[in-house]
Amino acid sequence: MSRPETFHWFARLLHWLMAAMIVSMLFIGAGMVTSVESKHTWLLAIHKPLGISIFVLALIRLGFRLTHPAPPLPDDMPLWQKLAAHASHWLFYVLMIGLPLVGWGMLSAGNFPVTLGGGLRLPPILPFDPLLYAWLREAHRYLAWLFFLTYLAHMGAALMHGLIRRDGVLQAMTGRRAQ
Amino acid sequence: MTDERQESRPPVRTTGRWVAIGVIVAAVAAVFGYVGGWLAPERLTPKRIVDELQSTGGEHPGFRRNHAKGICVTGRFESNGALAAFSTARLFAPGNTPFVGRLAIPGGNPYAPDGSIPIRSFALRFDLADGEQWRTGMNAMPVFPVTTPKAFYDLTVATHPDPATGKPDPEKAKAFFGAHPETGPFLAWIKSAKPSASYATETYRSINAFYLRDAGGQRRAVRWQVVPEQGPEGDGGAAAGDADFLAADLMKRLGQGPLRWHLQMIFADPGDPVDDATKVWPDGRKLVDAGTVVVDAAEAQAAGPCRDVNYDPMILPRGIEPSDDPLLPARSSTYADSFLRRTSEEAHVPGTAHPKEARP
Ligand code: HEM
Ligand code: HEM
Ligand code: HEM
Repeated sequence: MSRPETFHWFARLLHWLMAAMIVSMLFIGAGMVTSVESKHTWLLAIHKPLGISIFVLALIRLGFRLTHPAPPLPDDMPLWQKLAAHASHWLFYVLMIGLPLVGWGMLSAGNFPVTLGGGLRLPPILPFDPLLYAWLREAHRYLAWLFFLTYLAHMGAALMHGLIRRDGVLQAMTGRRAQ
Repeated sequence: MTDERQESRPPVRTTGRWVAIGVIVAAVAAVFGYVGGWLAPERLTPKRIVDELQSTGGEHPGFRRNHAKGICVTGRFESNGALAAFSTARLFAPGNTPFVGRLAIPGGNPYAPDGSIPIRSFALRFDLADGEQWRTGMNAMPVFPVTTPKAFYDLTVATHPDPATGKPDPEKAKAFFGAHPETGPFLAWIKSAKPSASYATETYRSINAFYLRDAGGQRRAVRWQVVPEQGPEGDGGAAAGDADFLAADLMKRLGQGPLRWHLQMIFADPGDPVDDATKVWPDGRKLVDAGTVVVDAAEAQAAGPCRDVNYDPMILPRGIEPSDDPLLPARSSTYADSFLRRTSEEAHVPGTAHPKEARP
């Protein structure tokens, strides 16, 4: 066999680390904007640096993925499922990079300082434009919801592979060989 | 590999596993729905507070949902350096820092007569030389009526004008104030408060407490106030029947020269409440005059530089930090909600009302 059958350990490490970070971010984001309590403050203080970390890791991950092809999906998977799997993976890349950029961009366009805590502050990436702020802020919300729905479908599919089909797809990411 | 997979084909009974997958996915979705508030309708959210403010003030797309009527001002803060020993924030070193400010009256109606309420407000966004910002919104009153966002919401509901009479129901208001003794100092003050004829002669206060942090890392609780240099003399009082005398007075005064306020920091003594905006700190607290807030120009908010500013009091430079006052996170999250509503309306985001009125 010329193709590796599990993902490279580095790809697996990034996958699970980032999955935990991103799922946390979705909950942190949804929770902070619906709270008027002190958790609004500390969740927002986590949200921005964590979001920027996801952005940086996503760039590294994209570079790694482009140079290290994924193991092939099982031959007997229906074509539509293969297409859906690939499309959702690339959608994930778009969101992992795009959503933090929208967050950073919206704060820039709103002329809010992009503070990450500890005195760290990022430069604005867009000029002050309140209308653009509004569009990006709405986009941040709807893209986050799209992210969440994609994550649900992805997790459901992964569990289906692992528990129902038991075809080694889940193991390719967990690293344990298919029994 | 393919063979292995063939061997591990599922047994016939997969129903239980399908159910397990369904339960996992549904559980995650439900937790998200709860955290995001859709499955927790009883939670007090920024949206509920702003909806309530909006329904009290009326639908005025493009305007702030509170303090809707106001005027933009610009100028600079001339620091005398006296506060530099207590806070590392750059603007307290000797020198000037420009600001974009806004003078306003509370309430969600941008056409409310200036005499209808005895409170004026002053908001400032200082643009520090190093790119940091300090935003503050101050009210010309000694205390806030309530301690918590929940009580603020209940107060707004209790004093909401009755659709039938156009006036708040006195019974509901009485019941609220009866159940909220912390409103006492505010009620005592407002009984004798008169709407001022000028923005320029008011003392504006942070009301919420904050901390200053010095270069050695020590933190001190403070409240601040801006105290006018100009006295009430010569403002001639409000013309009867004039609803917009505050802006007219401001323009007239600025025609004669800049207006000045002293930015003063009041330091808490041990034991002073730093998380309760309904309580004044006794007189005689240590006070440091940090310099002068100089306003030299004003501009209608319709196209002025303060229009698209969210004076979120949690946007602070290093050297100033929030206290545990529960009003502060509520202000931050509701101002963001109000700011998003009005900018979305300006941007004609689908589903928002278009700003149709001329802005005063
Ligand atoms: C993968 C990364 C990210 C995810 C999954 C994410 C997710 C979310 C979600 C779900 C919300 C709530 C939206 C709503 O219901 O209105 C939100 C709000 C927000 N996000 Fe993010 N976000 C990410 C990255 C960022 C970054 C990098 C920044 C800025 C540097 C940022 C800044 C914000 C801010 C400021 C808000 C709320 C603003 C307000 O109160 O109006 N986000 N985010
Ligand atoms: C928000 C969270 C998640 C994101 C953003 C995400 C993203 C991705 C991406 C982009 C891939 C393609 C491989 C790569 O380029 O790294 C992938 C593959 C995979 N993920 Fe996730 N994932 C998440 C959560 C999960 C969860 C919770 C599970 C399992 C329960 C899971 C199981 C898998 C599996 C089994 C694969 C391999 C699919 C294949 O062989 O093509 N992922 N994931
Ligand atoms: C939980 C309590 C409070 C709530 C829910 C609340 C709500 C609001 C809202 C929604 C706005 C409009 C924001 C915008 O669209 O930019 C506003 C403006 C304002 N608030 Fe509050 N507020 C609260 C407490 C306070 C306190 C304690 C002060 C006093 C110091 C204060 C002073 C101001 C000022 C000065 C403005 C006008 C800022 C400007 O000119 O743009 N608020 N408030």
